[in-house]
Amino acid sequence: MGGFSIRKAVLGAIVVLLCAVMLAPIVIVAVVSFSGDAYLKFPPELYSLEWYERFLGNARWTMALWNSVLVAAITCICSTALAFLAAYGMIRGNMPFRRVITALLLMPLIVPHVVTAVALYFLSARFGMIGVRPWIALAHSVIALPVVLIILQSALKTVDVNLERAAMICGCNRFGVFHRVVLPLTAPAIISSLLFAFLTSFDELVISLFLAGIRAETLPVRMWNSLMLQVEPTIAAVSTLLIVVTSTALLAEWALRRRTA
Amino acid sequence: MSSVTLEKLTKSYGSETVVRSISMDIAQGEFLSLLGPSGSGKTTTLSMIAGFVTADSGRILFGAKDVTRLPPRDRKLGMVFQNYAIFPHLDVFNNVAFPLTVRRLPKDEVEKRVRQAMEMVRLTGFETRYGKQLSGGQQQRVALARAIVAQPEIILMDEPLGALDKNLRYQMQMEIKEISSRLGMTVIYVTHDQEEALTMSDRIAIMENGRIAQLGAPRDVYEHPESVFVARFLGEANLVPVKRLDGILRGPGGNALRVEKDRSQLATGKIFVRPEKIRLSSAGEPVDGNFLPGKIRSVAFLGNVVRTEIAVDDEVDIVCDTANSDRLVMPKAGDLVQVSWLPSACHVLEG
Amino acid sequence: MPLGRLSQWLLLAPALALLSALFLVPIVWFIAGSLASLGGASEIWGETQRTLGSTAIVKTILNTNVIALTVTLFALLLGYPMSFALSRLKGAAFTLVLVCIVLPYFTSIIVRTYAWMVLLGRRGIVNDMLLSLGLIDQPLALLYNRTGVIIGMTYVLLPYMVLTLYAAMKAVDMRLLQAAEGMGARPFEVFRRVFLPLTMHGVLAGCLIVFILAIGYFITPALMGGPSDMMMAMLIEREIELSQNWPAAALMTIVLLAITLALYSIYSRFNDQSGAEGF
Repeated sequence: MGGFSIRKAVLGAIVVLLCAVMLAPIVIVAVVSFSGDAYLKFPPELYSLEWYERFLGNARWTMALWNSVLVAAITCICSTALAFLAAYGMIRGNMPFRRVITALLLMPLIVPHVVTAVALYFLSARFGMIGVRPWIALAHSVIALPVVLIILQSALKTVDVNLERAAMICGCNRFGVFHRVVLPLTAPAIISSLLFAFLTSFDELVISLFLAGIRAETLPVRMWNSLMLQVEPTIAAVSTLLIVVTSTALLAEWALRRRTA
Repeated sequence: MSSVTLEKLTKSYGSETVVRSISMDIAQGEFLSLLGPSGSGKTTTLSMIAGFVTADSGRILFGAKDVTRLPPRDRKLGMVFQNYAIFPHLDVFNNVAFPLTVRRLPKDEVEKRVRQAMEMVRLTGFETRYGKQLSGGQQQRVALARAIVAQPEIILMDEPLGALDKNLRYQMQMEIKEISSRLGMTVIYVTHDQEEALTMSDRIAIMENGRIAQLGAPRDVYEHPESVFVARFLGEANLVPVKRLDGILRGPGGNALRVEKDRSQLATGKIFVRPEKIRLSSAGEPVDGNFLPGKIRSVAFLGNVVRTEIAVDDEVDIVCDTANSDRLVMPKAGDLVQVSWLPSACHVLEG
Repeated sequence: MPLGRLSQWLLLAPALALLSALFLVPIVWFIAGSLASLGGASEIWGETQRTLGSTAIVKTILNTNVIALTVTLFALLLGYPMSFALSRLKGAAFTLVLVCIVLPYFTSIIVRTYAWMVLLGRRGIVNDMLLSLGLIDQPLALLYNRTGVIIGMTYVLLPYMVLTLYAAMKAVDMRLLQAAEGMGARPFEVFRRVFLPLTMHGVLAGCLIVFILAIGYFITPALMGGPSDMMMAMLIEREIELSQNWPAAALMTIVLLAITLALYSIYSRFNDQSGAEGF
């Protein structure tokens, strides 16, 4: 197979190029955020922390950051808790219409977020729920639920029923089985779920855009509003912050999986 | 007083009845096997005794106490599961200690009892290992230690040796038997392996379609099966079709066949005889008891036994097992022979 | 320990309640309420004809489909070699390529969109580089037009394609390819007659997923597109934010939902057949 190595080299080159293109925007934004230039240039001629100072010195931006963290925190706890119960019920139960219910629970992943957002806006506006942060968190939980459900279902599937039976024979009640066996065995997946649900909410824009109003602007909403006016470098600093949060969460998740494997 | 009593236990899933009105008494210290093919209801029966499954009707008594509706945790049982069910997040010590820590026994008591159990299953020194670091046999011992550590009166075992290879299996059979009789525990043992049931049990309940087809001591059920199903399930069985003509049973070719205890007055049936009870001799040689002429179809050397298949007529084959010995002359396919057995070694079954 | 009938539903109840209260009920309420505000059936029918018959809306629906299709095609073209590499690589190289796909995948969409805006602007980095290399004399218009939308959306949706294709390719038994080679097939023949057919269900699944997501997309086209790149999701937003025209928004939502759900039912049907556990 003479041509094989050439083929491989060409494929390798394409893949390297594509990988570079995938990473480039993220890397460039991160670099540009440290720019000291008046407008965005790459590579920057001057480096400074000016845009970070502007970001942290602006009450509207810091408020947005705080809103995002709060909403994401509520979302990750709420969606993980609900998804865990549901996943456990579905794995250990023997319910009719199981496929229909699964499809229903995964629906928010498929239905365009704009539709969900507009519908929630229609409802929320009537009940004065615009700008209520826990309400936004509940809406984010709907979006995070399918993702978390998939993670937890596959984790619970690996817990042998006989382990739970063995615990019961050993004298455990339902709660004992849960906290002595099921919880320790699914702990890594629960932490993954919390991280992914947090990310889902922290990065979510469309629903927040409709539900946030002015009172509860989250970071992505603040970015959107700012971008509508101009492409200003402060956003690069915020973006970099979001990228760091994402990378940290992914790294933590990866490290966790490595440790338990 | 019996240790475990089942009274007309019945369980259905939807329209399918998996256990049909099972009743039996199991004595204190008895080793009882539930033996049957998959789907015969043996695992469901065990699950009802354990409390994982609630019976639709009927009662379960431990001693004089009705436990039918009791949750598993209050039944004070030990149990060994099919795949051992070793808790993967706990080390061996904590696995074995689990029934004691759940019941909040004092620490020194826990340590003492775990040490004893570990000694008994000969696993001392493995306390800090985890399940996945152990061999199948060692995992089996951990499961056994966990089952006995709380000193239950009754132990349930659900095909505990299914995943082990043959040699290890035999060794574990002996150990389980020894430990359970030393501790005087009642054991209910589910298996689909007839050899295992014969080796270990005091009594065997052979299950078929949710019913107990026969209940008795190993030798009894092996030598005197009451149905074709039991005869076949407990090993190789020759079932020679017979018809009763003028009060005499006649087999293939109209040969008269005698049965020592011909209790039934069946018009047609099958004469049951185990392959090792059959003797093979050259055609025309005088023999005792029943005999049928035939031609050797095949010969297989199985090590301790030589298995010969003899075609008696177009429809009936007889299997004959001859013990391997120094004097053994290997039969040859195509030889004309006769098979014979004593009337005391056979009986008539319906079917 | 299997659960009783009641307890399994009790466990499921909170999730179903959340889903109903913040997803199913609002969507139904929004559509029904908006349309009911018009009056009776004849008024609704009239509005439906008026809205869905208007040139602007027909153009938007058409636009949306063209853009979604283009993005799907690009994602497939770029995603196929990437996922192929991913399915064959091991160790550090595998991790590296995976990071290049997963990191953007989990990065906020607005960050990714903003990044491309920085790159593609008139005085952006791409134009800067092309100018300084002397490849062009005038900056290219890469942003606020169709090009920008396609680039941005392809970038955002590519990971979905790659991860779906990867799953299909990983499942291919490499010994089959060796067997085909052993029978004398040239590498291209092996690809065309063995590998491609074996990964075809992945290609279909990936295309459907990307198309479904693209057709309802909002953020990237809203930020990177021009006036003639209006997509359905943007139109829905605009009807509400600018003109408070709830009935029109509801009608557009029905159209968007119908297309999405129809495609999803196709997706889940043949995904079940291929035995893959998709989402």
